[in-house]
Amino acid sequence: MAEPLIRVENLWRKFDVSKPFLNRVIEREEKQFLTATADVSFEINRGETFALVGESGSGKSTIAKMMVGLVGISGGKISFDGRDMAGLSPKELRDLRRRFQMIFQDPFASLNPRWRVGDIIAEPMITFGMANATDARKEAERLLGVVGLSAKDAEKFPHEFSGGQRQRIAIARALSSKPEFIVCDEPTSALDVSVQAQILNLMRDLQDELGLTYLFISHDLSVVRHMANRIGVLYLGRLVEVSEAKALFKEPQHPYTRMLLEAVPDLALSGRRRKSVEGEIPNPISPPPGCSFHPRCPLVRPECKLAIPGRRPTPIGSAACIAIGETATL
Amino acid sequence: MTKPLLSVRDLKVEFPTRRGVLTALNGVSFDIMPGEVLGMVGESGAGKSLTGASIIGLLEPPGRIAGGEILLKGERIDNISPDAMRKVRGKRIGMVFQDPLTSLNPLYTVAKQLTETIMTHLPVSASEARRRAIALLDRVGIPAAARRIDDYPHHFSGGMRQRVVIALALCAEPELVIADEPTTALDVSVQAQIIDLIKEICAERNAAVMLITHDMGVIAETADRVAVLYAGRLAEIGTVHDVITRPEHPYTQGLMGSIPTLTQESDRLISIPGSMPRLNAIPPGCAFNPRCTQTFGRCTAERPDPIARPNGRQVACWLYDEEKAHG
Repeated sequence: MAEPLIRVENLWRKFDVSKPFLNRVIEREEKQFLTATADVSFEINRGETFALVGESGSGKSTIAKMMVGLVGISGGKISFDGRDMAGLSPKELRDLRRRFQMIFQDPFASLNPRWRVGDIIAEPMITFGMANATDARKEAERLLGVVGLSAKDAEKFPHEFSGGQRQRIAIARALSSKPEFIVCDEPTSALDVSVQAQILNLMRDLQDELGLTYLFISHDLSVVRHMANRIGVLYLGRLVEVSEAKALFKEPQHPYTRMLLEAVPDLALSGRRRKSVEGEIPNPISPPPGCSFHPRCPLVRPECKLAIPGRRPTPIGSAACIAIGETATL
Repeated sequence: MTKPLLSVRDLKVEFPTRRGVLTALNGVSFDIMPGEVLGMVGESGAGKSLTGASIIGLLEPPGRIAGGEILLKGERIDNISPDAMRKVRGKRIGMVFQDPLTSLNPLYTVAKQLTETIMTHLPVSASEARRRAIALLDRVGIPAAARRIDDYPHHFSGGMRQRVVIALALCAEPELVIADEPTTALDVSVQAQIIDLIKEICAERNAAVMLITHDMGVIAETADRVAVLYAGRLAEIGTVHDVITRPEHPYTQGLMGSIPTLTQESDRLISIPGSMPRLNAIPPGCAFNPRCTQTFGRCTAERPDPIARPNGRQVACWLYDEEKAHG
């Protein structure tokens, strides 16, 4: 098998959420850390869509930002095309950065309101020295066509577009440096469903045409099912399961994945009574000891409170639960 | 036949602006029966929340009801004095808003907010109000309600806060609860708990619910009937089963096709080209005609009114007009 495009190994990120120094001294408190990402490892192969799902506070966006270098890493390693990103010189890092781009959630915040759309799309090409201003402008107009807008739109400002059209502009900008890898952080959650369908279809078409690799982050499981080849499920900063997408929805392995799937309101009108979900996601500053899911887990047993389980292979991927194998009999 | 609890007749809401009057809701009519859950779906800007706000008399100025009437048990509530409306709102119609953090007062304890509402609307003593508040918090699933009632809203998590808001909406025993995107700010696992709770507790008290949401999945699991709004007009209304399994309005059909589901196998989603028109540029005739795949001459000329279909369904589309079928 070919070398994966992205390899993430034992990635950690902690945020210091302590009170100011003087308060700590007076109130005799220790420093407090929030572990947003703990020991996360996964690989993304060329041309595939790898999705990360999880509830708010599970660390999805932190991982996305670490992948593109918007947030530093506290530990572990991210390799792009076989090269560790931490060990690169600034020049090498810059060359590498051209090859990955990001699409953000909110198309109202991610486009500069004072720039013309053509300039927004041309900027990456000029920054990376890929084209002079005239060529970049021509390319920007071509890209607008690729994402389903018209070349004339290059003269307009972002406020003249609707949410869906803005997200198309953000996609055109992401494509302009000819990247191989695009991190999409909730690209459609700010859009209405009929527009969401347009954007998801566009992203798939572009992937087929240009051979793009996506890291797709979403809290919406039905969108993820539609887009992803493989899915990683995050809970309190840890990857609890990584599985083939289609198989994950048929036979989820980890009890948390099962719970998430149970909870999705469905159009099937099956009238089935959902198993009601217990409790809420705990405070990430003081996660429960052992497996962090154990207070909500229906299969909990004493060992779960002692040690954090590692990911073990399952028929469809891997999952971090000591009860794996038994869950199938539930 | 039972009489409807709430009747909205030909409701029209306008926003006067410097560049002319925008019509945000145009001729919306529907009924809610006692104890019924009516879902209201549509994309942002379709007028879902405005419908809710008009019913409880909380339209933000300069918005105004320019036509039509709203009847609660046969009495008009759209033209009564603000004082009289205050007695209806909270007492007879409860409200659950999207964001539980902004719908609770951060400076008052939960106990204060609940007992205040109960004592405003019901003739009970302070200690009885407190007893009722605790029972209600317990009913909406707040653990150790007797102790937590003296906490402030920020002590509760998002899901728990939404439970408090539901308790607040129900504390004066209303006949109708308007829930405006009650689960949008919550995670899926909590969302399912809240939907179940709203459904159960309203069935228990025989309160009708108007559930406003953009999530068809939530409607499918909760509502009895569903109204689909498009550009301030009613596109289709019918039982949830009919509308979801056999949508008739081309917009509803497109909407259903564009929702990714957990079971479908196809690779591409059916998408509706374009997006909803802005209020100042609603096309003549049927508002959906520029995006519709089945447009014909009449669609661009004449605006369709809801046409009655079997099983109480109504569809505002010329495709279902008898005259066309014959001629």
